[in-house]
Amino acid sequence: MTKKEKYLETDLPEQASSLPVDRREFLKRMGALGSGIIVYFTCGDLSVLAQRRGKGGGGKRRRQTPLDFNSLLRIGEDGRVTCLTGKIEMGQGIITSLAQILADELYVSLDSVDMIMGDTDLCPYDRATVGSLTIRVFGPILWAAAAEARGVLIELAAEHLKIPVERLQTKDSFVFDKTNPSNRVSYAQLTQGKKIERHLQGKPQLKPVSEFTIVGKPHLKTDSFEKITGRTKYAGDIRLPNMLYAKILRPPAHGAILKKVNTSAAEETKGVHIVRDGDLIAVLHKYADVAEKALEKVKAEFDVPDSTIDNRTIFDHLLKVAPRGSTESRRGDIKTGENLSSTIVEETYLDPYLAHASIETHTALANMEGEKITVWASTQAPFTVKDQVAQSLGLTPDNVRVITPPVGGGFGGKGSSYQAVEAARLTKLTGRPVQVAWSRAEEFFYDTFRPAAVVKIKSGINDSGDLVLWDYNVYFAGNRGLDFDYEIPNQQWNVYGEWRRIEAGIHPFEVGPWRGPGNNTNVFARESQLDIMASKAGIDPLEFHLKHLKDQRMIGVLEAAAEKFKWTPSKTPSGRGYGLACGKDADTYVACMAEVDVNRDTGQVRVKRVVCAQDMGLVVNPQGATIHAEGCITMGLGFALSEEVIFKGRKVIDQNFDTYEIPRFSWVPEIEIVLINAQESPPHGGGKPAIICMGGVVANAVFDATGARLFQLPLTPERVKEAIMHS
Amino acid sequence: MTETINFRVNNKPVSLSVDEDRMLLWVLRSDLGITGVKYGCGEAMCGACTVLMDGEPVLSCQTPVKEVQGKDIITIEGIAGDEDLHPLQKAFTDHDALQCGFCTPGMVLKAYGLLLKNPRPTRDEIIQEMDENLCRCGAHKRIIQAIQTAAREMGGDKR
Repeated sequence: MTKKEKYLETDLPEQASSLPVDRREFLKRMGALGSGIIVYFTCGDLSVLAQRRGKGGGGKRRRQTPLDFNSLLRIGEDGRVTCLTGKIEMGQGIITSLAQILADELYVSLDSVDMIMGDTDLCPYDRATVGSLTIRVFGPILWAAAAEARGVLIELAAEHLKIPVERLQTKDSFVFDKTNPSNRVSYAQLTQGKKIERHLQGKPQLKPVSEFTIVGKPHLKTDSFEKITGRTKYAGDIRLPNMLYAKILRPPAHGAILKKVNTSAAEETKGVHIVRDGDLIAVLHKYADVAEKALEKVKAEFDVPDSTIDNRTIFDHLLKVAPRGSTESRRGDIKTGENLSSTIVEETYLDPYLAHASIETHTALANMEGEKITVWASTQAPFTVKDQVAQSLGLTPDNVRVITPPVGGGFGGKGSSYQAVEAARLTKLTGRPVQVAWSRAEEFFYDTFRPAAVVKIKSGINDSGDLVLWDYNVYFAGNRGLDFDYEIPNQQWNVYGEWRRIEAGIHPFEVGPWRGPGNNTNVFARESQLDIMASKAGIDPLEFHLKHLKDQRMIGVLEAAAEKFKWTPSKTPSGRGYGLACGKDADTYVACMAEVDVNRDTGQVRVKRVVCAQDMGLVVNPQGATIHAEGCITMGLGFALSEEVIFKGRKVIDQNFDTYEIPRFSWVPEIEIVLINAQESPPHGGGKPAIICMGGVVANAVFDATGARLFQLPLTPERVKEAIMHS
Repeated sequence: MTETINFRVNNKPVSLSVDEDRMLLWVLRSDLGITGVKYGCGEAMCGACTVLMDGEPVLSCQTPVKEVQGKDIITIEGIAGDEDLHPLQKAFTDHDALQCGFCTPGMVLKAYGLLLKNPRPTRDEIIQEMDENLCRCGAHKRIIQAIQTAAREMGGDKR
């Protein structure tokens, strides 16, 4: 693998002697001023999106796609292709898969594509890298742009070679005469010295799926070399001359008000700078650890708000403060369902707050020069950061540039990036570049947690084991994942409160998206309840699922998982420790099967094996999709078995990985991923599908192993032990 | 107390006049600009700051700089020597054994330390040794495979 300059702006020497290149210089480097083809493309022209999406998939999505969603690609005079996108890379691998799309559609090699991501001066607006939207929504836009660029190149080649367009074809960065392939011209020759700008008009001709050469083939990550050699500069690794590291005084609890502060002891530290600006009290030093030590000497008193809510009482609180519900979907009549039922089961499922716990904490470096500020931030939403910084500093947005270096894990948690505003305020106040890197304790305190949630389900079967009643009520996990349901004649799905944008007085701290927002909760509850009903009916869980399904894609993933798992039918609990759960996220269908061992004395659950089948439609990079699914399963062991934010009032007790335990090597089961071959279908989301199953599949496997049903995540040894005692 | 600390980082001699109680992690990252070594937790709970000290993996966030007097420190930047990539780096790349890459330097150095003392570890020995190193993206399965591949690659007897 060759080293590529993918992040020119952040590719600074370790002891930087110069500031990053500005936009003009950058464009000059890219050969874009005065030469090259620039193709603009916007979501306004989504006819191609619909075309690639095929029948049925386009309508709803098209309405949801914001029309100011742009991107831009450039073909340099050196023949290299640059993709400029507001999307960011945080380990999910789109630096590779987006390049695959571009390379394939443009007929160039993968290693001739450079990705510039998340730079608000260079890249067109993008809302955020969230919601598994990159490939399924941005992907088709990029496809269209690449197809259009290729069309422009062919037109240019027709003029250059004096051959009609119809006789021309493209391959390996060349346009050539189909009847005489040696008569050809390279993209580089065509773009050299010319200034051509063409906007997308009409429908570009997309390559048929059958002719894909790069898309649909497994590719290793293209950014590994930099990461494996330590050359990747994450936000915290960028060094500017005279920069300071800031540590900020934090309250002991959310909502605490500063009463008194004394910084005199901290001021005695040599070389320390103390900044006080309203609520912001910071200690800065040229060494990060010295700043931290000095901050410890700041004496402060806070008024801490009274609150009796904690991680045990939160569920009652949530039910009490829940807003009026909205009915997501309804079929038949609940009363009729009750009358038809011979067995009715009513259960309540509890899911705690979860932390994102990326290994890279929220970090930013900001540098203000005159009225202009540049912020390097670990963020999933650089354009939001740009607006927040502009607003906070009273600058016009065009004076703010946000650059997103590779992000060290996000999972939804870096959609909120307040550390960037803190760094921006501090560079303005000190006149020097300032880095703010949250400590692990700050990370646990200021995280936008996955909201705690409650699900109440009443379901009923008749004497033939058919589900005839389903009354589903979800509090604060929202409706994600509820676009899939079972064939039940009498059902309703009620949603009380969303998982975000929630008024004060509900959650004790900020909440936000956490890998598959809400869906983890919804699938845990729905699939647990389904498993209970299968057991009551005396029917094998797989058979019970299939009995209540008509959706061929869901049937497909269940059958594929069963084949790989070698599932054999049995009533539960069978003692084998087999579990099953399925769901739908971002239009991807997923089914997981797991085998667990449960130590009945300690309550310890060991997940031995997980098989996951996904129907994601067209898979751009099967290698990347497989890795992502493995990652989902591994990460998902955490919320299934151990993860739960411990808090008292508005104080977060967890400060590090000793109490907030995330999965380790010794937890990792044998994992097998099956990707359904659906290359002719539009691409769907790949960021989360497998993780949504993990709570349900493990809980169901624990029931199959022990006969003990757990209604609360995580399945800690204490809870499992207690459930076994009462089973 | 400020002391002169002499040690070697990635085979280059370093002499620093520094408060001897400061942790190696911060001296590497902020004084020397060696940023491949990462902060993840600051309290010996994640392994992101792992470096080699005289061939032994240590947590640089817990290692006062006075303890590195006269020692050899290897970080991810120095693992390859003159080669393009160390076999471990190559194996991590070939197995796609990383996602966000933030824990990767610590993983590679921890694995390097293991292979130096146990060139042919079993799968269980790898898991046991690596268990303190955290990865949030969930690349564990591939990291284990990469270490197995590197062990085969580096093994003198090529069994």
